[in-house]
Amino acid sequence: MDTTYDPALAGEGADDGQPLLYPRIDCRDVSVFYSGKQAVFDVSLPVFDRSVTALIGPSGCGKSTFLRCLNRMNDTIDGAKVTGEIFMDGENINSSHIDPVLLRSRVGMVFQKPNPFPKSIYDNIAYGPRIHGLVDDRQELDAIVEKSLRRAGLWEEVKDRLGQPGTSLSGGQQQRLCIARAIAVRPEVILMDEPCSSLDPIATARIEELIDELRKRYCIVIVTHSMQQAARVSQRTAFFHLGHLVEMGDTDQIFTSPRERRTEDYITGRFG
Amino acid sequence: MADHIVSAFTDELDKIAADLMRMGGIVETMILDSCLAVDRNDHSLAKDVISRDPSVDRLEEEVERQIVSLIARRQPMAHDLRSVFAALKTAGELERIGDLSKNIGKRTLMLDDSVPSNMRHGVARMARPVSFQLHSVLDAYATSNAETAKTVWESDDDIDQHYNSLFREMITYMIEDPRTIGAGAHMLFMAKNLERIGDHCTNIAEFIYFQITGEYLMPHERPKSPNTGV
Amino acid sequence: MNNAQDNPFRSEKALKRLRRRRNADMRFQGYGIVALGFALFALVFLISAIAWKASGASTYHVIRVDLELSPQTILPEGDASPEEITRNIEGFYSLVRNDLLTRFPEANETVQSKRAFSSLIDRMAVLPLAREVADEPHLIGQTTSVDVPLSDDVDMFLKGAAPRAIFLRVGEASSPMRNAEEGDFKIEVDRLNKVSAKIAAIGQHGAEPTVLLVADKSVGRIKSMEDGDVILEILTGRQDQFDGASVKAVIIPSPEDQRSVSDQQIAWALALKAEGVIKRVPHFSLLTHTDSTYPELAGALAALVGSLLTMLVTAAVSIPMGIFAAIFLEEFAPKNRLTQIIEVNINNLAAVPSIVFGLLGATLLLGTFGLPRSAPLVGGLVLALLILPVVIIAARAALRAVPPSIRSGALAVGASRMQAVFHHVLPLALPGMLTGAILGMARALGETAPLLLIGMVAFVAEVPSSTTDEATALPVLIYSWASNAERAWEPMTAAVIVILLAILVLMNLAVVLLRRKFERRW
Repeated sequence: MDTTYDPALAGEGADDGQPLLYPRIDCRDVSVFYSGKQAVFDVSLPVFDRSVTALIGPSGCGKSTFLRCLNRMNDTIDGAKVTGEIFMDGENINSSHIDPVLLRSRVGMVFQKPNPFPKSIYDNIAYGPRIHGLVDDRQELDAIVEKSLRRAGLWEEVKDRLGQPGTSLSGGQQQRLCIARAIAVRPEVILMDEPCSSLDPIATARIEELIDELRKRYCIVIVTHSMQQAARVSQRTAFFHLGHLVEMGDTDQIFTSPRERRTEDYITGRFG
Repeated sequence: MADHIVSAFTDELDKIAADLMRMGGIVETMILDSCLAVDRNDHSLAKDVISRDPSVDRLEEEVERQIVSLIARRQPMAHDLRSVFAALKTAGELERIGDLSKNIGKRTLMLDDSVPSNMRHGVARMARPVSFQLHSVLDAYATSNAETAKTVWESDDDIDQHYNSLFREMITYMIEDPRTIGAGAHMLFMAKNLERIGDHCTNIAEFIYFQITGEYLMPHERPKSPNTGV
Repeated sequence: MNNAQDNPFRSEKALKRLRRRRNADMRFQGYGIVALGFALFALVFLISAIAWKASGASTYHVIRVDLELSPQTILPEGDASPEEITRNIEGFYSLVRNDLLTRFPEANETVQSKRAFSSLIDRMAVLPLAREVADEPHLIGQTTSVDVPLSDDVDMFLKGAAPRAIFLRVGEASSPMRNAEEGDFKIEVDRLNKVSAKIAAIGQHGAEPTVLLVADKSVGRIKSMEDGDVILEILTGRQDQFDGASVKAVIIPSPEDQRSVSDQQIAWALALKAEGVIKRVPHFSLLTHTDSTYPELAGALAALVGSLLTMLVTAAVSIPMGIFAAIFLEEFAPKNRLTQIIEVNINNLAAVPSIVFGLLGATLLLGTFGLPRSAPLVGGLVLALLILPVVIIAARAALRAVPPSIRSGALAVGASRMQAVFHHVLPLALPGMLTGAILGMARALGETAPLLLIGMVAFVAEVPSSTTDEATALPVLIYSWASNAERAWEPMTAAVIVILLAILVLMNLAVVLLRRKFERRW
């Protein structure tokens, strides 16, 4: 167990026997302000490696905003300010001397709506490795593209049409392409912002299966509106309400016996 | 607890709880009536008790059906999930209690006037604490009172001790008068049935405690008198 | 429910409401159709009127003769330098005229008649011939076919534009009999009654209309007519050609002293046409000649090239400037008070009257920076300023149309902001940006006012070869031609308008194709 791990922050279930549970990212008192208006209030939250952490909560509860702190995507929004410390490998990634571009190559992100580049499937995957100079020649690039697509479970479906535009794929395939694109730059953490909200149940199931597969290699943080989805894919769940982290704990515990009344009310459908 | 945003969800949960309470009510009278029938050697009452069992079975089916449908359509979470789970298990336990009561009734029909009233009273005496257990646990369910449920769970040992003394009493009767052995055997089974009913009540108490608190009552934590070897 | 009152679909009230709603609907559609129809009618009317007018300038009449380019005539001093040849307009002119004069002995009779004959062709009309010879000296001394444009007055007459003439076939003529007076003779014509009927139909407005009779290459003027007999005055040719010939009557209602061509000139033109010397040919010189004071020699080439050079400057300045300004404002600039002010001003700038930009160009570029007047460079810069807001607004709209998810996607894989913009956003926005730019260019192409102010209205007889040469532009040419008095300019102006419209249509077509080909949907 990592020394930075604090059971008080993580809720109980710390000693549930799951190995490899150490915080990949440790957030301390993270607050986010949009043009002076506070959207996230002092959230302290460890994100464990090799597991899926789900962030749930009603719309506007700050869960997506918090997620975007983890790869500094809030930097791209005018008037957004993030305070607090976010530790990754002992570095506070929320400090100005960390280059967000470098950070984002270690913390990949998948968005709500599949957003493949309007380029070929191959170029979609190859773009990241190219700009980061991860490859020296074409063979290496080919290998990365294949590996990423395989890990995203898309290889068999697209291997004969890598030259076709990524936008020609179905919604679910596009989302897996985006996951493959994120994997291609060899991140350690993958952030997913409601990755299935625009997909049908079958495509959703495929993505969930993929998330379960990816969990073995990556630290995954997923924001979802579907409590069932959070229950299905995650090992740990954090409930946000009005910008506050209300409760964080093992998914089993959150969905059967939540400690906080607000969590209970939310997941049983008593307020929205 | 506040109502669900989808009010039909609350209604359905309420309906399940109401059906369960109805079931509990029927079963409770079945215990009392079956033992009353033993006490008074009232065969018609015994038959009446037997005839009530199918309605309990039907209610159990009904509750199960509702629960399956509710799980499929509403995917209950947290307290809802626990209450649905507890209701499902409780319905099963109540059905078993109904069966055991029916069994007491059936055995009553096999007894005749020759059975000494002392033996009858013994069984009838035991019915009271057992039905009280059931009554308390149903009360706990109706009022969502975890403490009551826990009290029921803890007092199962009393029932066991009651059973043990009744057991010894019956053996004594049978040794005294070997003619009572046949009736005594039935009486022993009745006593065992009542003891089983007590166990079922304990189970129900566990479920209700889990429903309310989200925590399990661990059997090994329960106060228990040393094993009597019976 | 059978009761009509109870049925909500059939009740009196519901039906009434329904009728009212439907009527309102129909009325609204009616207004729309009327408005659309009116706009469409106006457009069709405008375009067809211009096209109809311009069609008069699509062909013109030239004199096509085989000539021996004798060195004596075209090289009076024996100097064969190209400059000398080009300058020797008189020599070429007399060469052509003398060749024609051999066909018409009557034209040689007096100074007046010779002058009248000479004005069939404008002197400067031989300039292209002179230039051609100057460029290719080996033609000297050879016999070659030359085209010389006919004077615009005669050309207009032959096209039937002005003065208006009515051509009638009047059957065979017979027994020409020499009359007492010289030159006159009497013939019988089959269907002279057609001519009288026509004259009666035209009505009498003071003067008698002129009636010419044409038989082959001979033309006579009717002095009087009675019962199928006419007294004819021969204007050119021989009277015996009328004997048994199929005769054509030409009725010219307007009196001779009110037109720019005389009966005699018309007679010569008709004779030359009958001979096949005057030909109607496509008016290519409209595109190959530069401006001239003679309509038949004028062309739009200089203005076309001037417009092109101006557009080059405009494009080179406004497209990169507009696109980069838009990228900066849309993708990089912080959203604060200053950028808001800039934004508002850009939008307002798009509504500033174009003449203001002309004034700006005149004072700033010509006055302060001392750039050459009338140059495409200055015109292009002014027009670039004029369309810059349009280009910026269109480019920003195109950038905004690229979904933000593309930017986020690029940023999320670790692209820098600049990489995200240049690798992903710009390629997607470029078709839209170019669309805006081309539309802006189209607007610039049609602008007249700012160019007037910076002096691009000069008469330019030389094709400009660089952006600092004197030049004019198509809309300015239209403006100056339209203010000329002669009738012949009217179709010419229309023709240039058609050229301008054609270029605009082509540019719009390019926009449509660009969109079709590159537009992406998300």
